[in-house]
Order: sequence, then structure tokens, then C-alpha cells
Amino acid sequence: MPLFLTDEQAMLRDTARPFLAEQAPVSHLRALRDAADPTGFSPGLWRRFGDMGFTAILIPEADGGLGLGHVEAGVVLEEIGRNLTPSPFLATAVGAVTALAGGSVAQKRRWLPAIARGDAVATLAVDETARHRPERVALRAERHGNGFRLTGEKCFVAHGHVADLIVVAARTSGETADADGITLFAVEKGVAGLTAEVERLTDASLAARLRFDGVEVNADSVIGEVDGGRPGLSRSLAALRAGAAAELLGVGGGVMDMTVGYLRQRRQFGQAIGSFQALQHRAAHLYAEMEVARAAVLKAQQLLDAGDAAAERAVAVAKAMAGLATALSVQEGVQMHGGMGMTDEYDVGFYMKRQRVAAEMFGDTDYHADRLARLAGY
Amino acid sequence: MTELDAFRTEARLWLEENCPAEMRTPLRSEADVCWGGRRTSFASADQELWMRRMGERGWTVPDWPREYGGGGLSPAQAKVLREEMAGLGCRNPLNSFGISMLGPALLRYGTEAQKLEHLPKIARGEIRWCQGYSEPGAGSDLASLSTRAEDHGDHFRVSGQKVWTSYADKADWIFCLVRTDTTTKQGGISFLLFDMDSPGVSTKPILLISGYSPFCETFFTDVAVPRSNLVGGLNRGWEVAKYLLGHEREMISGMGLGHGETALGRIAAGTVGTEPDGRLDDPVLRARIAIFEVRAAAFRAMSERFVDELKANRAHPAQPSMMKYFGTELNKQRHELLVASGGSNALAWDSERSHNGAAARAWLRSKANSIEGGTSEVQLNIVAKRILDLPGA
Ligand SMILES: Cc1cc2nc3c(=O)[nH]c(=O)nc-3n(C[C@H](O)[C@H](O)[C@H](O)COP(=O)(O)OP(=O)(O)OC[C@H]3O[C@@H](n4cnc5c(N)ncnc54)[C@H](O)[C@@H]3O)c2cc1C
Repeated sequence: MPLFLTDEQAMLRDTARPFLAEQAPVSHLRALRDAADPTGFSPGLWRRFGDMGFTAILIPEADGGLGLGHVEAGVVLEEIGRNLTPSPFLATAVGAVTALAGGSVAQKRRWLPAIARGDAVATLAVDETARHRPERVALRAERHGNGFRLTGEKCFVAHGHVADLIVVAARTSGETADADGITLFAVEKGVAGLTAEVERLTDASLAARLRFDGVEVNADSVIGEVDGGRPGLSRSLAALRAGAAAELLGVGGGVMDMTVGYLRQRRQFGQAIGSFQALQHRAAHLYAEMEVARAAVLKAQQLLDAGDAAAERAVAVAKAMAGLATALSVQEGVQMHGGMGMTDEYDVGFYMKRQRVAAEMFGDTDYHADRLARLAGY
Repeated sequence: MTELDAFRTEARLWLEENCPAEMRTPLRSEADVCWGGRRTSFASADQELWMRRMGERGWTVPDWPREYGGGGLSPAQAKVLREEMAGLGCRNPLNSFGISMLGPALLRYGTEAQKLEHLPKIARGEIRWCQGYSEPGAGSDLASLSTRAEDHGDHFRVSGQKVWTSYADKADWIFCLVRTDTTTKQGGISFLLFDMDSPGVSTKPILLISGYSPFCETFFTDVAVPRSNLVGGLNRGWEVAKYLLGHEREMISGMGLGHGETALGRIAAGTVGTEPDGRLDDPVLRARIAIFEVRAAAFRAMSERFVDELKANRAHPAQPSMMKYFGTELNKQRHELLVASGGSNALAWDSERSHNGAAARAWLRSKANSIEGGTSEVQLNIVAKRILDLPGA
């Protein structure tokens, strides 16, 4: 399969691009931030995502979805990134949907149609420490009566304070650092003993610290097998990482376009600053980094869609490379805008903030480079 | 899809049967690269056999048309063949400027007679070509070249000097940029082909910092070249030259993919040792290698995408400049890390154990990657101007 978008995928992009640019440009994020909006996104826009079919992209046709793949989800995510649109798309339509793929028929019936409509918001609660360490799960789920009792904490859970469904990775046996002994639970909003402390992050998005104080859930809230949650968690994380990488491409691409535009238009010393070779070379270098990152992300998405075993490494490469290239993009973006780049009024700073958060999510460049090294045995 | 699968099976079976075992091992040094040509000396009988078998099948140039000695494969089939060759670890059967540079230019700008005369010989490795572009006064500013070709009706007479002409002393023919009009710059350049055995051609090797002398000064004194060897028309050579440069850059960018060198992590494990869990006992070197491997893997994806886009006519015409820039800078980093990982082993210069200083010499040779075929700075200029549309570049 050639490593570029198919005609159908390009059509999806041609639909998603104007939709997001019109419905949720950066001014939309700015308005939510300025209003200190407590939800973190617009529920109306989320339903429109449902109308557009975006939310159903990764839901199998058998479950009433579109049965498309990670490439298509990435197309939407890139436009989300380009417009810095606050959206539960990644957490819900990518993270939770791929986790639910290993769930029961009842769980799928309960959640997938609501997600497809843009009614329900769902998220994955995995991190327990400030650095992404999904290999280590301490939050315990102990058998209790007919079900389980969950005790522990999760942090950096996007939309965790409003999510209707939280997919929780919990330890049902073994020690914190063990690979096995993990179980995924579908925990619904409002259960007793669950408290969410919402935190506004640098980029104005909202993330929650979740405290599970003996939260009781039924046995049928287990997604897949007890003690057998690792594969489902890995599948969901792979999808989230590829998705976050795609969103990063949008963020980095958006700021690169703004910056190149500024180089053409801003004049100093009687000429466009873009005529200075020092800046031309840096812009051209940035272009190269972004192109290479784009290829790496598409490769990972295609391999995920093909169910190829090489996807694991490709996803690590994609997330790591997207982190490198887009960090450069926002840094050069601010620098090449001069004082303008430092103002809150101008958008470029919003890109820098979003890049930093998305780069951290589900493992940053260092995390994935280390993973790649381990997989290669050094 | 099933047709392509059938081709994959057929290709793999043929390769398994026809690729000699030695030709499935990594190259040990530059000397293992097969260039073909009238005066070639093969490194081994298997190297010759492999070149001939692939040449007969047209698979040295899989996607050239059959009538010109190619394999006539579709882009998708050619991709499958590359994948299968990589899967089996097959060496490139024939490396040549004819394949990577002149061939594509002739396919586009050559007359039918020129194509029929030259392309099949390139495909079979019979004629080795060199590139006469750079001159002492014309490097990055190539179009300022001054080697003259006087028009004598049915032939030209060429006088002047080229420099940095890779393998001029080993090549059979040269594709050469000459000035046929001194009143304009780009518009006064023509593209000529001639035999290096022609009277009036001489070469003088130049020693590189790697200790090898793969390139030469090349002198022309009143060399007679038939008019039928003019490609693209009189004073129309610059367009051909630039098109060819695009292919040269594409080829050089492939350096970024490496040449099947032993993995950096493995080399470093042998010199710095490992922790009980297998991690290198040098966390800083390990981190540098890991970040490099991220970039190298990402670039492999970029190369795949670039070739796919090129074959589908979707690539930006200046994209080879981006590829050349990234691929060559990456290859220089690779060799820095190969030498760092090898420690003092990698500093040996001429022992047998070190394959005649292969690591050190390859490290030094890699420094030319960002100079040959147009420097990194020139590639960045091109990207800035033609892709980013920045002013005055
Ligand atoms: C190993 C090797 C093999 C080669 N093989 C061949 C061959 O087979 N045939 C052939 O014709 N040529 C060949 N070359 C020549 C090569 O193409 C030239 O060396 C190259 O184009 C640079 O020209 P130069 O050496 O004159 O450097 P210069 O042009 O003098 O450049 C010197 C420095 O100035 C910088 N510079 C120049 N102009 C600019 C600008 N506008 N903006 C910013 N920086 C600039 C360059 O980037 C470089 O860093 C080979 C070179 C090498 C090293």
C-alpha cells in the first residue's frame, strides 16, 4: 500500500478541514479559556462530531460504526490539532473505543452508540505518576461480593471530571511493576467513592486527578478478562499514541504555516524577514523535520490498521519523532515572531502550550526512544 | 491485490534461487560495491554472477521499460521487489550513476536513438558513467561553469576542466555540462555525452581524507564529440542538468537508510558492555543512539513515502532537496555514532582485522554526503525558495 492518503482518506480530510476551521478555530479555545469554562469543551460541537460521523470512525460496522481505521482517525485529529480544538475526540473516539473493542456485547451496546452519536464522553485512566509509566499500575481492585472494590489514584486524565465512562487500568494481582495482573474496568460517572479534582493545564485543557476510595463495581464492569487487561491496555495506548502524534502534526503544521506566512509578510531593514538566509535555513530545516515526522505517523497508522506486528515500534517512532519535530516548530514559531510571539493576544503561544501537553501525553519522546531501545535489546 | 501477491511469491522464489549466499551478507566496505563497466574488476565471482543475473532480468532497473533493458515493473511491483530484496538481505546488484542519474534524464530528454544505445548497457552494467558538472570556479554556483564546446556542425570540440569527478579514472563515458553560449548563464549550457577514451581526455586522481581517491580532476583538450550526443537540444542543457540533479539527490538521500551496518546498539554492547537487563552500560551513549534510531526509522518511512509519491507523480519537484538534506545529515550522525560506539576499534586505519579501517574511512567519507550533489546549505536554499516560497532566496 502506498504511503500516502487514499482518495477516500483525502476526501475525509477535505471535509474535516473546513468543518473544524469554521466550527472551532483557535478563537473557540480562547473563548472557552476566557470564560473559565468548567466543562472543557463544547457539548454542542461534540454532537456535531457525531453528526459528521467522526466519532464512529473506529467503531466497527458490526457495532453500528464506520469501521474505518487509525489513518482516518488521524486525519480528524490533525485538523483538531491545527485548530487547537478542545475536544474529547482522542480520549473517547480513539482511547475508549479501542479499549471497548475487548469488551462484552453488553458493554459495547451500552457505550458505542452513545459515543457514535456524540452524546457520551469516555476516557482512559492510566497514569498514576507525573511521568507516563503504564508498566507500573498500583491502583488496586480487590474482589468484593459479586464484584470489585477499587482503591488508588489516577492523574492526567483528560476529561476525567466530566466523562460518562472511565476505563480504569487496575491491579487485580501481583505487584506494581508486574506486567501481568492488570484488569480494565468500565467505571461510570457518579459512582460512590470516586472523586475528581479538576485541574486546568497550561494549554487551558482540563484534566482530572481521580481518587478511588473503595469504589464498588459489578463483575460485569470488567472489560475482557480479569488479570488479562494488558493487551487491551496496550492496544488502547497504541491508538492513543498514534492519535496524539497525529494531533501534534496538526499543531506543528499549523504553527509552521503561520510562521512561514509571517516570514513573508513582516518587514525589517527594508525587506521581508523571510529573505534573510539565517531564517530561511531554519524554516527549511523545520519543514524537513515536519515532513519526516508526518511520514512516520502515517506509517504507524497504516501498520496499526493492518494489524502488523511492526506497529508497536512504528508507533513509538511516530510519537517520538512527532514530539521532536513539533517542539522545534513551536519554538521556532515563537522566536521568529519576535515580541509578537510572546503576546497572549497572538495565537502562536497557544500552539506552544498545546504542543507541550500533547507531547507529554501517553509518553514523550524520551519515553518512546527508551522503549524503542528496549525493544531492540540495548 | 492477489496479482501483486503472486508477483511477490514469484519474486521471492526467484531471488532465493538466484541470489548467491555471499550477496546476502552486509557490505564490509566500499570495495564490496559493484559498479560494472568495461574496466571493472569484480570483488568476487558471486558479485559478477549476481549483477549478470539481475541485469538479464532487467531487475537492476526494475521500473525502466523492457525495450531499454529494464524490468518493466509497475511502481507497486517495484516496491514489492525492493521489499523482498530487503527481506532476504540481498545486496544491490549494481550501483551506478547510469542507473541513478543519467538513465532517468535520458528516459525523459533523450532521443530514441540515445535511449536505445545507452540504456540497455547501463542496465546490464556494461558501461560505467561519470558526472562532469563541477569545475574549479563552479561549485555551488554550478551554472557559472566555463568548459567550452565549440559548434562545428556535425560535432563539438570540448576544452576545459572539471573537478571532483567521481570515478572519472574508472568510468567509460561521461555526461558533461558545457558552455555553448557565453552571453547568458543558464541559457548557454548544453548537455553532452562522450567516451572517456576519446582523444584529449585525461584524469588525475585526488586523494580524499578517507585515504581513497575516488574522484579526479578531469581535463579536456579539443575533444571531438558527435552532435548526435547532445541531449535536450543546444543551450537547453540546464533543464536536463537540474532534472538529473533531482535524481542524484534522491539517490544520495538513500545514504540516510544506511548500508546494513551492524546495529549501533550491538556495536556499543561490545565495547561498553551491558547491564543485567541488557541496557548499555553507558546511559548517555544509549540515549544518543536511541534518539538517532528514532530519526533513522522516521526517515525510512519518509523514504518510502517519497518514492511512493514520486511514482504517483505527487511529490513536490523540490522534495529531493529536502530528502537529500535530511538523509545526508542523518548519515553523518550515524557515522559519528558508529565511531563513538566502536571506540578505539573504530580508529584502526589499515589492519586486516578492521577491514582496512572500514569504520574510520566510512566515517570520513560520510562527511562528503552533505557536499556532493549540492551542499546542505544549497538544499536548504532550494527548499526555502521553491517549497516555502520565501522571498529573495
Ligand atoms: C566526494 C565528492 C564527490 C563528488 N563527485 C562529483 C562528481 O562526480 N561530479 C561533479 O560534477 N561534482 C562532484 N562533486 C562536487 C560537488 O558537487 C561540489 O563539491 C559541491 O557542489 C560544492 O561545490 P564546492 O566544492 O565548489 O563548494 P563551494 O560552492 O565553494 O561551497 C563552500 C561552502 O559555501 C557554502 N555556500 C556556497 N554557496 C552558498 C549559498 N548560496 N548559500 C549558503 N552557503 C553557500 C557551501 O554550502 C559550502 O559550505 C563531488 C564532491 C565530493 C565531496
